[in-house]
Amino acid sequence: MNINRRLLCGAAFALSALATTPAFAQVELQWWHAMTGANNDVIVRLAEEFNQSQKEFKVVPTYKGSYPDTLNAGIAAFRAGNAPHILQVFEVGTATMMGAKGAIKPVQDLMKEAGETFDPKSYLPAITGYYSTVKGEMLSFPFNSSSAVMWINKDQFRKAGLDPDKPPKTWPEVFEAAKKLKTVSPTCGFSSAWITWLNIEQLGAWHNTPIGSKANGMDGFDTTFQINQPLFVRHLQNLMDLQKDKTFDYSGRTNTGEGRFTSGECPLFLTSSAFFGNVKANAKFEWTNAVMPYYPDVAGAPQNSIIGGASLWVMGGKKADEYKGVAKFFTFLSNVDRQVKLHTESGYLPITKAAYEKVKASGFYQQNPHLETPLIQLNNKEPTENSRGLRFGGLVQIRDMWAEEYEAALTGKKTAKEAMDAAVSRGNEVLRQFERTVSR
Amino acid sequence: MEKRVVFHGKLLPFLLLAPQLLVTLIFFYLPAGQAVWQSFLVQDAFGLSTEFVWFENYQILFSKADYYRTMLTTAIFSSLVAFFSLSIALLFAVQADKHIKFATGYKTLLIWPYAVAPAIAGVLWLFMFQPSLGLVSQSIRAAGFEWNPLLNQNHAMALVVMAATWKQISYNFLFFLAGLQAIPKSVIEAAAIDGATPMRRFWTIIFPLLSPTTFFLLVVNIVYVFFDTFGIIDAATQGGPAKGTETLVYKVFSDGKSGGDLGGSAAQSVVLMVIVIALTAIQFRYVERKVQY
Repeated sequence: MNINRRLLCGAAFALSALATTPAFAQVELQWWHAMTGANNDVIVRLAEEFNQSQKEFKVVPTYKGSYPDTLNAGIAAFRAGNAPHILQVFEVGTATMMGAKGAIKPVQDLMKEAGETFDPKSYLPAITGYYSTVKGEMLSFPFNSSSAVMWINKDQFRKAGLDPDKPPKTWPEVFEAAKKLKTVSPTCGFSSAWITWLNIEQLGAWHNTPIGSKANGMDGFDTTFQINQPLFVRHLQNLMDLQKDKTFDYSGRTNTGEGRFTSGECPLFLTSSAFFGNVKANAKFEWTNAVMPYYPDVAGAPQNSIIGGASLWVMGGKKADEYKGVAKFFTFLSNVDRQVKLHTESGYLPITKAAYEKVKASGFYQQNPHLETPLIQLNNKEPTENSRGLRFGGLVQIRDMWAEEYEAALTGKKTAKEAMDAAVSRGNEVLRQFERTVSR
Repeated sequence: MEKRVVFHGKLLPFLLLAPQLLVTLIFFYLPAGQAVWQSFLVQDAFGLSTEFVWFENYQILFSKADYYRTMLTTAIFSSLVAFFSLSIALLFAVQADKHIKFATGYKTLLIWPYAVAPAIAGVLWLFMFQPSLGLVSQSIRAAGFEWNPLLNQNHAMALVVMAATWKQISYNFLFFLAGLQAIPKSVIEAAAIDGATPMRRFWTIIFPLLSPTTFFLLVVNIVYVFFDTFGIIDAATQGGPAKGTETLVYKVFSDGKSGGDLGGSAAQSVVLMVIVIALTAIQFRYVERKVQY
């Protein structure tokens, strides 16, 4: 009895001592992210390097599940009053974050208030444009960026009598190549992961065609979708025709179908440039990648591709010294040599111009041309209002709706026009709902 | 002479009931009440702006043809899962109840899947049936059948029904086995002596005597398929292709989670709650009459 009481007292004392940790402690900065495997190691290493580089601040990374899970965890934590300092949000969540004015701290303001040297012009516009206002103010800090490219199985190309060093450039050429490839891979001529990102979002930007009004939503939340325009309907119609004999074969809404490329089943595969690590580790054949195909009869094509991936949002309502730490961390991340290392080791795109130029000058791309493909695409032309990026509220859910319409069309339940019309009207409903909740 | 114990005053009974009432209040009525309240609001995901809209969320919900389709999908999915999980579990239980070698071993193995989380069950089945790489789908295709749950709604439905059924069989099996063991052997032996075949013994003695268990399981299974299966659906099909496997609870989950539409999602969960309460009430009112305790 006595011993127990003493133990309890001791425990209580220890607890109270912990609770009143003295003032010399570091300022902790919570960083919630969605990275697994090798990418998680990158995050942990970055945090460790930053923590060792100075004594004042300590960045604590925490894995919070998939991209949507992490976004939801951040939102729920904000509602409960204990949001992290830094939240990694995927690119489709950009409008959701931006619409929550009181919940976030724009990166531009953060850097200015903390007195960090910060020049928005030193970042690659194709990347920061996605995360900036129309006036060019950077809202979130780009972290891991990628773009969509076309992956090629060189061995299968040769078997089918195609020249893998001259990959198809246009969509008609892709369709022709896929028909030949089908003779060596009967279940799949070509395919695409992220069906809507590739075949609606990227397709629009690459052809300088808007998918929504108001500069793809960048100029205001009162935007409406325009993806029932001829380009999008024709592309879906082509995929529908080719699906019948599996010259094109559907691989699902996300990237779970990517295994069909690395296993050798689909010799031509459109997906993210971030697929690089996986291909390098798992493909037992000679491979390369190439820029996305385009329709040559569309004026202005190819324009430039848009990014995928995620950026770091700073949450609102934190203390000034905590913001100072976050700003220091972002300066740390922007360091040229660190960006070069990140890019060449992980395959993430560099975010500053200086880092890109340095890697280019080093001759790295001669040995690793597939790492430059997404950069060539992103910088192909000066971005227009149709190719700067997308800003649609509720895009996470809208992508699912679009995928549903694509599935209905590919199974012959709807015509291409019916499917894209429905994709527009269902998407617009979500946009109106979002507009209603953010405008007040 | 009054022999019953009579408690005077109302304090003690209330005190004794309090813990249970408190638990029910905090963990059931409070969240349910919050859902009802939320269903009258239009709110952004962060909770920064809120508007009270009365029944607008419900109006929007019932004005959409998609919602009725989801109800139909749910009805098909639930009946298939309830039917298969109950009948297969009963078959297994009857077989395991026989005097066979290693009976305990079989029983343990049959109960095992119940310990698997729904999302993991979904992923397991997804791997096995993945159209191009899955072990099972490869053998199905080798047999000449074109298996493609990514585009074929019937295949996708079959996939989630199988996964949800497999997951629930263990639970049902456990209860059926207990129910079977509670049936007095003398009754069955008497019937056997009278010359009743095993089939006849099952349908005229065992099945009726099992009816309390079957009824209980029916209620539990309906609740299971209505609420507990979204993990499987999310992992295996995400409600696709083209809404082919989107059930009511999955829609609540996806509209609330990926759509951030908390008001609409709350309205759906209230509707779902009403449906399940009604179903359970009907079961108790009509089906229970046929149960022989």
